[in-house]
Amino acid sequence: MKMRAALLGAVAVMGLAPAAFAERGTDGEVKLTFPQAVSIMNPYLTGGTKDIYASSMVLEPLVGLDPQGVMVPKLVTEIPTKENGGISEDMTSITWKLIPDLKWSDGTPVTADDAVFTWQYCTHPEGGCSQATKFEGIASVEAVDPQTIKVTFNGPKANPYTAFVSALSPVLQKKQFEACLGAAAPTCTDANNMPIGTGPFKVTGFTVNDTVSMAMNENYRDPAKPAFASAVIKGGGDAEGSARAVMETGEFDYAWNTQIPPDTQASMLAAGKGQFVVAFGTLVERIEMNMTDPSAELPEGERATAKHPHPILSDIKVRTALSMAIDRSVLVEVGYGAGGKPTCNVIPAPDDWASDNTACLTQDMEGAKKLLDEAGWTDSDGDGIRDKDGKKLHLLYQSTVNPIRQDFQALVKDWWTELGVEVELKAIDPGVFFGGDPGSPDTFQKFYADVEMYANNSDSPDPEVYLGQYQCKNAPSPETQWQGENINRFCNPDYDKLYAELGGVTDVAKRQEIAKKLNDMVTKDSMVVVPLVHRGTLSAHSNSLGGVQINAWDSEMWNVADWFRVK
Amino acid sequence: MLTFTLRRLLLAIPTLLVISLVIFLLVDLAPGSPMSEIPLTVPPETRQKMIEALGADQPVFVRYFLWLRQFFWVEPAYVIDHWFGTSWAEGEQRILSWQSRSPVFTIIGQRLPQTMIVIGTAYLVGILIALPIGIYSAYRQYSLFDQGGTLFAMIGFSVPTFFSGTLFIIIFAVWLGWFPTKYDTTLNVTDWDSFLKQIRQMALPVMTLGLANAATISRYMRSSMLDNMTQDYVRTARAKGMTERIVVLKHVLRNSLIPVVTVIALGIPSIFGGAIITENLFGVNGIGAALIGAIHASDLPMVQTLAFIFAVLIVLFNLIADILYGFLDPRIRYD
Repeated sequence: MKMRAALLGAVAVMGLAPAAFAERGTDGEVKLTFPQAVSIMNPYLTGGTKDIYASSMVLEPLVGLDPQGVMVPKLVTEIPTKENGGISEDMTSITWKLIPDLKWSDGTPVTADDAVFTWQYCTHPEGGCSQATKFEGIASVEAVDPQTIKVTFNGPKANPYTAFVSALSPVLQKKQFEACLGAAAPTCTDANNMPIGTGPFKVTGFTVNDTVSMAMNENYRDPAKPAFASAVIKGGGDAEGSARAVMETGEFDYAWNTQIPPDTQASMLAAGKGQFVVAFGTLVERIEMNMTDPSAELPEGERATAKHPHPILSDIKVRTALSMAIDRSVLVEVGYGAGGKPTCNVIPAPDDWASDNTACLTQDMEGAKKLLDEAGWTDSDGDGIRDKDGKKLHLLYQSTVNPIRQDFQALVKDWWTELGVEVELKAIDPGVFFGGDPGSPDTFQKFYADVEMYANNSDSPDPEVYLGQYQCKNAPSPETQWQGENINRFCNPDYDKLYAELGGVTDVAKRQEIAKKLNDMVTKDSMVVVPLVHRGTLSAHSNSLGGVQINAWDSEMWNVADWFRVK
Repeated sequence: MLTFTLRRLLLAIPTLLVISLVIFLLVDLAPGSPMSEIPLTVPPETRQKMIEALGADQPVFVRYFLWLRQFFWVEPAYVIDHWFGTSWAEGEQRILSWQSRSPVFTIIGQRLPQTMIVIGTAYLVGILIALPIGIYSAYRQYSLFDQGGTLFAMIGFSVPTFFSGTLFIIIFAVWLGWFPTKYDTTLNVTDWDSFLKQIRQMALPVMTLGLANAATISRYMRSSMLDNMTQDYVRTARAKGMTERIVVLKHVLRNSLIPVVTVIALGIPSIFGGAIITENLFGVNGIGAALIGAIHASDLPMVQTLAFIFAVLIVLFNLIADILYGFLDPRIRYD
């Protein structure tokens, strides 16, 4: 990350916001609605975005990320770098300095011990901490003095900004969670539902899967914030209902995740009560090609494993042709409207990390047909379906039950049929598809189909962990109980080698260059992953709510302290 | 009557045990995982750890017996401790929801009042609308009123609540702006204003459900009335010179109510069960919304406990309906 820019960005954000209002708690109540209700306020015991976003109004990390993915200090005085001595020369430790006189909402001081405790809490082997990866590679977290936290890594760490960065990894209060280590973690209901934090709000009431009531935190570090005296998050219903409550009836100020069809978006906008905001992170809707043979005729245990390469899709010409036949801008228009952009990349953002790969954006049906001819797939019996050596070009295309995905499946099927490919569609319940049950034939990891469509993203702007998915060793197989993130069973020794290199590079520009290469290797060079749409998160806020800066890298409520009522 | 009741109650125990096992196996065998709502950015090893921390990796029978113990021993002990200050449940693990890590009975306790108020009111409103419609429709069979009643019932029967609910939202909330679309569960009724607010926010869900309830019950009422209207005793009553009012409301109605009361009693468990779709649509945090949320998240302890409580209620209200029958109809005696 470019540190100078980071710090300048932070200063700019902080300088802009307070101009709009002056006093704490003068703007009444801010009402938020989430289509999925909040289950728990402790982000370490949940992976659910709804829970993480809600807890981000109360619990804070040491540093957050702004809408550009640049770090902004929250509980620390500055962002540690090599230049300011915060990161050791050999990249094996990072030292954070807490802001002086920082207080929890109960008035007790925040100390380095709280951060040390948070590390112990999340790394306890029996705790089942969902953010364990954030603390991976950390040898110890120590309190050098009450204001100073020193994180020591097992070895040189190229990206030391993982623990205590962004809403995924906030600091917990030691006093409150002391008795909740390990196996006791889930039993601390009160602490998990009403955590004490440093954020602009504190929890005053919590009903599971329904409502979180919050009041302003009198001990918040900025005496002029938050402008709202209280906040409430009401959950439940669906995306359309949430959007309606903001855009048409005006009952709520902010609705998170209002993913609704473009025509409904337009009609709601016409009511004139609010607006949609969109943030683009790295979420990409893609078609994944199966490099192994999912044929049911193979014995269980060999089916869809590296032992049997895919009879059709192993040929790069076929994969390329399938990608060329797709018109991505039509998909965006039908499915997402303002909430999506066509893309050819697995890493579409931030800009500095995204490859300039745009070749797939124009549909080329003729070129695709030619490629299939070259690959030997021709329609020899005149039934409209290509064949080769007596085998039909037939693909099973699976995805989850979701209206937009079914639209996409139908459109892609049309284009592929035009190519002369026979396409069979399948839609699976998302709970099963993403459930990862090794006993079910329908999980996305097992991939008992030729191509499948879903969305995935990197949870931090630096995509190192995310790119690690496509290493050979991460292919799901019977030996790994069908776990693993290399869904395609893509295996390229050059990729693995370059990826290993990335782990040792600390220079940001060099890292970006390698990441782009890795991105290209799985997309345009091999067409194993066929990206379709760069999806944003679409939210809605009323015209009377000011200060909203939607953010894809951190919680959407990352700057809720700066929100105010437009008068 | 007492022996009959006792016999039925004793019989209910093995029935309920079998039901609990069947529910448990069904829920357990159903596809899906408690991790399916966790984003893909959480790696498999972490998922495995999370599953272990939930205890979801234990063999199914271990989990079943643990649940039985928790349901029949720990939870009652906890309630007794709460009332009498004893410490029987000390250190015992209560049934925890996998999704929220909160005790399942705490969640049910939070949600039951909303369900009872909203769904209960809708049921009551449904009955109050249905009985007069049923009675008058039967009395004036094939009249304009009867045709109207039939139309009303057909609409109530055939229009699903997700449609009628959305329609009501668009008409009454978006166009007219009379009622809110989201139920505010933090509202405390303390004065006239908050009471009005409560009535307003209950209006849409109660309307939606009341329509469906009224449709069913009015048809039962009508057909039961029609059966009785042609009976000999009705002719006798008329021949004795009784007014139409007494014939219909005293003689016919009382006899016609017998089957209708059974239907109403059998429908009461559904009040506790909540209304999955309507509750979800209007953001009423009732039992039905909890159930569907738990099913989506494969929250086995929550689904299992709720489904079992429904089973208990259904068995119980069947018994109550049978006993009520005995009271209403002197010809029926169980001994």
